[in-house]
Order: sequence, then structure tokens, then C-alpha cells
Amino acid sequence: MSGLLKSSIARKVAMALSGLFLIIFLIQHFTINFTSVISADLFNEFSHFMGTNFVVQALLQPVLIFGVIFHFVMGFMLEIKNRQARGVKYVQFNGSANSSWASRNMIISGAVVLAFLALHFYDFWVPEMLYKYVEANPEDPSRYYAELVHKFESPVRTGIYALAFVLLAFHLWHGFSSAFQTMGVNNKYTPFIKKFGYTYAVVIPAGFIFIALFHYFNH
Amino acid sequence: MNLKLKIWRQKDANTKGKMVDYQISDVSPDMSFLEMLDVLNEELIEKGEDPVEFDHDCREGICGSCSLQINGEPHGPDRGITTCQLHMRMFKDGDTITIEPFRAKAFPVIRDLIVDRSSFDRIQQAGGYISVNTSGNTIDANAIPVNKHDADKAFDAATCIGCGACVAACKNASAMLFTSAKVSQFALLPQGRVEATQRVLNMVKQMDLEGFGNCTNTGACEIECPKGISLENIARMNSEYLSASLEG
Ligand code: SF4
Ligand code: FES
Repeated sequence: MSGLLKSSIARKVAMALSGLFLIIFLIQHFTINFTSVISADLFNEFSHFMGTNFVVQALLQPVLIFGVIFHFVMGFMLEIKNRQARGVKYVQFNGSANSSWASRNMIISGAVVLAFLALHFYDFWVPEMLYKYVEANPEDPSRYYAELVHKFESPVRTGIYALAFVLLAFHLWHGFSSAFQTMGVNNKYTPFIKKFGYTYAVVIPAGFIFIALFHYFNH
Repeated sequence: MNLKLKIWRQKDANTKGKMVDYQISDVSPDMSFLEMLDVLNEELIEKGEDPVEFDHDCREGICGSCSLQINGEPHGPDRGITTCQLHMRMFKDGDTITIEPFRAKAFPVIRDLIVDRSSFDRIQQAGGYISVNTSGNTIDANAIPVNKHDADKAFDAATCIGCGACVAACKNASAMLFTSAKVSQFALLPQGRVEATQRVLNMVKQMDLEGFGNCTNTGACEIECPKGISLENIARMNSEYLSASLEG
């Protein structure tokens, strides 16, 4: 098994597994965010739990950060290798004749999501880490809702947020079923996996955009 | 039909190539694409110019030699065909047609539109065979029962003619469709199972060594493949590869 990550297929499988892990994480993130639409207290309660639970903070959080970094670094490495594999570029390349925009531009949708994540970390994660671990403020279980709502006051931020999720939708549109194909699953369940993937790719990002717009217009 | 052709001209592997424009008139819609190029070449020879070099052999869609990236697609705009099976009726009078060689680092240009596809041969040599004693005591293939479903799938995979359109169409110049077809045609049959583990490991290793890109499942290969080789084969190769590397 050593050197497994040296082969093209192993790298692809690593991309698929980290992608599926992030897809699962997205459901959890979405569920908690969605509670902010239902009730401020509920959202505070969940956020307080996630922000202070030892397992979440010390175990799941590092795994998640590793997963994100791994998926991006590997994605960029593969993109570079793939570009080199063409050698001389075509004068005319009619990609849209045989494949979808989403499938050919995972690097673009991925890079936009990465840029968004940088902003997202700056907005939420970095202040959260400073608040909790550097300044060592006492925990106030009711602060989370206000922090969230505050971020969606600006139309620019809300706009960027929505745009990033549109690109995430494209990324998931191809990525979801692609991950299964890479792991060797292509059988009678494939049409179902594809449909489920397309639904997921639309519903989850649309849900995140809905939450952002909800708070923006709620001011 | 009168057409404008933009064709890649390159003297040899070490010379820089460029696109050159040609005019061709009175093209019949019933001509095959290669016949149209034959006419152009006759005109060029008459004028004392070098003819455009391109690969061809059977001219009936079974050998896989004819290549050509036509208007940005391998084997041109039609589906399920090779370039020798492409007819000029797919084009309109006054069209401009761009003709380039298949592009991949693992398919270096030899001259004009001819590329060296021996990287495919080396992938095949790395494991695309079964070791049987053929010295007089061969067993009739039909003596070993194979279920119809597997036999059909293996046969479908075996129809790959090694043309390289999958690589040419892929934005990553990946050879996964070709390699997976060659893995699958044996993986599904009892005769092929004996060496299955080593086969998939060696063929994938050779594929990577040749400098082909990594599949990102765009599906372009399957659409452009003249033999309709399915992406299912790539999934099969991936799972064969994973279980083989966990075993080994
Ligand atoms: S898989 Fe299809 S496109 Fe690729 S080499 Fe075989 S026949 Fe040609
Ligand atoms: S010349 Fe043989 S397939 Fe076209």
C-alpha cells in the first residue's frame, strides 16, 4: 500500500474521499445555519455546543481543516499535471460538444470556493479563535446569533456569499456523482446517485443563499 | 461545396509547426473526410508542394489509425465514427474546417497530422494479454462457461480500436478509457482473472509513466469514442486497481 498516492487512480480516489467528507460536513453546517432562520435561541444553543465541545474542537475541527486543505492542494496539483499532459494546446477545442461546463471547470469553481473560504475564515473562524483561545473571553452562549446576523448587514458581503454558493453548486453538480464513479461505483444505482447529486448540488447551496438573504432582508 | 481548410503543418518532431490555410472547391457531400484530404493532396502535389501527411489504413472504421482533431473534436462533429467514416455532408458550403493532430504529451507529432501513439502499445504490452500455452494443446475458448452478461460486457470493452480519440477529447489528455477497456475485456472473463491483479497494476503504472493526465470524469471520451466504450469500464478499472493495491 505504500506509495499508493503516487498513482493517478489513488490520487483521484483521495480527491473523491475528501470531497465526500466535505459533502457530509456541508449538511451538518447547513443544518445548524438553518436553525438561525427558525429561532435565535436554537441557533445559539447549537453553536455553543459546537464551539465548546471538546470532541468537535480538538478532533473534528482539525480533521475538517486537514480535509479542506488536502482537497485543495491535491486538486491544484492534479490540475497542473493534467495541463502538462496536453503538451501543445489545440488551436480549437470544442469542449462543450461533449462535456458540461461544470465538469470542465472544477478548478474555477473550486478556486472561487477557496477564495470564499478565506473570507469566511476571516469573518468567522479567526475572530472566533481569537475570542475563545487568545483573548480567552468567558463564554457567552447567546453571542452567536448576533455575530451571524451582523455579517449579513452588508449587501456586498451577502452578494459575495451568494455568488460563492452558486459556484459551489456547479462544483457539487459534477463532484457528487464523479466521486462515486472514481471509487468504482458505476452500476444500476448510478442514475439514482446522479439525480441525488444534482438535487443536493442545487438544494444545499440554495439553502445557504436563502439563509443569507433571510438575514439581510430581516434587518 | 467550397471549403476553407486550416491545417496544422509541421515538418518533423523537432520543428515548430503552424496552421496553414487552404482553399478546396467542388467537394462532393458524399466524399469521406479522408477522400477530401486526398483531393487536396493531389492538388498540392500538382503544384509541387508537400502533401499533408495523415494516418489511415482500413478506411472502414476498424483499424483506428485515422486520427485528426476536426473543428475541436476528435473525428469531427459526427458521433460513433472514425474520421474515415466522417462524410462531407456533415459540413456546409463555405465552412471553415480546422484540422489538427491529436494533442497529448504522450502522443508526440511525427509530421503534420501524424502522431506517435506507441504509448498505447506500451500500455498494452504491460499487461493487456493472457498467458496461455498455444503450442498445440489450446483449449477451445467455449469449453469454459461464461455468463452472457459478462461475455457481452467483455466483448463491448474489446471493441476498442486503440484510436486515441478518448485522449484527444479529454481536457486532461487522460488515457483512462482506453486502458480501462483493455483491463475490462479480460477482467470480466475467467481466462483473464488469473493475471488480473498484476495486469491492472502494471497497465495503470505504464499509463502514468507515459505522461497521460488524470481522469476528472468529464465524460468527453465516452461521447467521442467511435466504439461507444462506456465510462463503466473506468469505474471497473478503478475498483480492480483499488482491490489489487490493497492485496499487494
Ligand atoms: S476507448 Fe474508444 S476512443 Fe479510446 S482508444 Fe478505444 S476506441 Fe478509441
Ligand atoms: S482508417 Fe482505419 S479506422 Fe479510419
